[in-house]
Amino acid sequence: MSEMKIQIDYGLIEEVAKDLYIRALQELPPDILKALQSACERESNPTARTILQTILRSIALSKEKKMLICQDTGLPIYLLSIGEKFILDGYRMKQALSEGARRATQSYPFRGSSLHPLTRENPQTSVGYGLPVIHWDFIPNGDYMEILMVPKGSGSENMSGIEMFTPADGVEALKKYVLDKVVRSGGNPCPPGIIGIGIGGSFDSVGYLAKRAVCRPLGTRNDDPQFAALEEELEEAINSSGLGPMGLGGDTTTLGVHIEWSYTHMSQNPIALNYQCWAARRARARIGIDGRVENGF
Amino acid sequence: MELYKLQTPLDEKTIRSLKAGDQVFLDGHVFGMRDKTHIEIFVNGNSPPVSLEGYPVLHTAPSLRKVDNKWEKMVIGTTTSMRMDRFVPKLIERYRVRAIIGKAGLSERSLEAMQRFGACYLAIVGGAAGLETLQIEEVEAVYWPHLHPEAIYQLRVSGLGPLVVAMDAHGSSLYETVRTRALDKLPEIYRRYHITIEHNLAPIDRLLSQMS
Repeated sequence: MSEMKIQIDYGLIEEVAKDLYIRALQELPPDILKALQSACERESNPTARTILQTILRSIALSKEKKMLICQDTGLPIYLLSIGEKFILDGYRMKQALSEGARRATQSYPFRGSSLHPLTRENPQTSVGYGLPVIHWDFIPNGDYMEILMVPKGSGSENMSGIEMFTPADGVEALKKYVLDKVVRSGGNPCPPGIIGIGIGGSFDSVGYLAKRAVCRPLGTRNDDPQFAALEEELEEAINSSGLGPMGLGGDTTTLGVHIEWSYTHMSQNPIALNYQCWAARRARARIGIDGRVENGF
Repeated sequence: MELYKLQTPLDEKTIRSLKAGDQVFLDGHVFGMRDKTHIEIFVNGNSPPVSLEGYPVLHTAPSLRKVDNKWEKMVIGTTTSMRMDRFVPKLIERYRVRAIIGKAGLSERSLEAMQRFGACYLAIVGGAAGLETLQIEEVEAVYWPHLHPEAIYQLRVSGLGPLVVAMDAHGSSLYETVRTRALDKLPEIYRRYHITIEHNLAPIDRLLSQMS
């Protein structure tokens, strides 16, 4: 059969965008929870163990009492993967996501963290010029779409960075950059979290790669064995630093190092590090062409 | 490591008895403040409308809801302290604040002020706002409400903690100890993973550092 394309229900998208923001703020994905639990079991430093136990207790309380995990409601980021079977009106999609984020903020109500960068005026809506952040991707022949919502907190975002090394600096420079940055960040980004790394690309895309890397569930490795090996190596190296939970010492400084990569220019060697705190919040919804919504992480 | 249950306001003697690494649970009152609040006090030159003497200052911006002229808590968590660091020595000296509750610590200058005037830094578990919110019994008053969510919040707490004494009144900082140990370990980690490169600079910064 030839082209049968389906209209998107933007009212539904708005509802989903709203629900995802609230759900992401209340409930941690199971992979994050599991990683924190096993870190707590392994931990040999008593202060670090107290911290990890406190984290686990707080997560359980937030879920039970439907409270926010962290007061930092973050910048709203939506990552879309849209199946080819949908007819997409990009502008209406943007509007629906923005309205969803605004309604989540004002109906709950939680603290809107987004504001004007010069006047610092905060409309308490979580959205504004250029926000929410939206990343678009498309699924060839796909008969569903996925919306991944990530509320990105600033304590960890502030410890992120991009560096443009030269080809002669090699992989060594990239490894050193990551190690130095993580150790120097101390407790600021609320370790132990996910270290998302982008390698390659251009100045703008390397940051996006690092962001995609922190959105990947823990326990996954890069498909490419070279990058998977680098992930493992950096994870081990970072955890051997002894920085520990909240920078107060201990065995677990990171729950996982994730790398996403792309080809780059022959005279470039860029790296981006996006730091994700232990409260690695994300919520996912899959919407079928029949309008059915499946919730996940 | 000792475990203490303390009641606010705190006196100098109690603070000086605490050592880096000890753990504390607090009962009584703490005052929530953050970026704009400090700017209002120290840049705009307006004294806080309430005495902070003997109390801990908590680095926070709470989500609150106003119901019938009363502030109700939604979620109250702790933010990164370093952004307020430049104001902390003056806050301790001028207003006799006895403790800063925050995350990730403060600078050497703040540590010196703590040693000189008898104050300490209590590290809360960052991100664990669910628990923290439940340990805060009530938002008793909001001073400078026009600055909300960066006003001054008078919070009544019960068993707030665990708080780790991360910087004490004797010049000792657990952050510094851990960071120094980690930095000392780095050369060995570099060797293990065959990292021989010495600089950590992008071409633009290398170029600029060579120009005088």
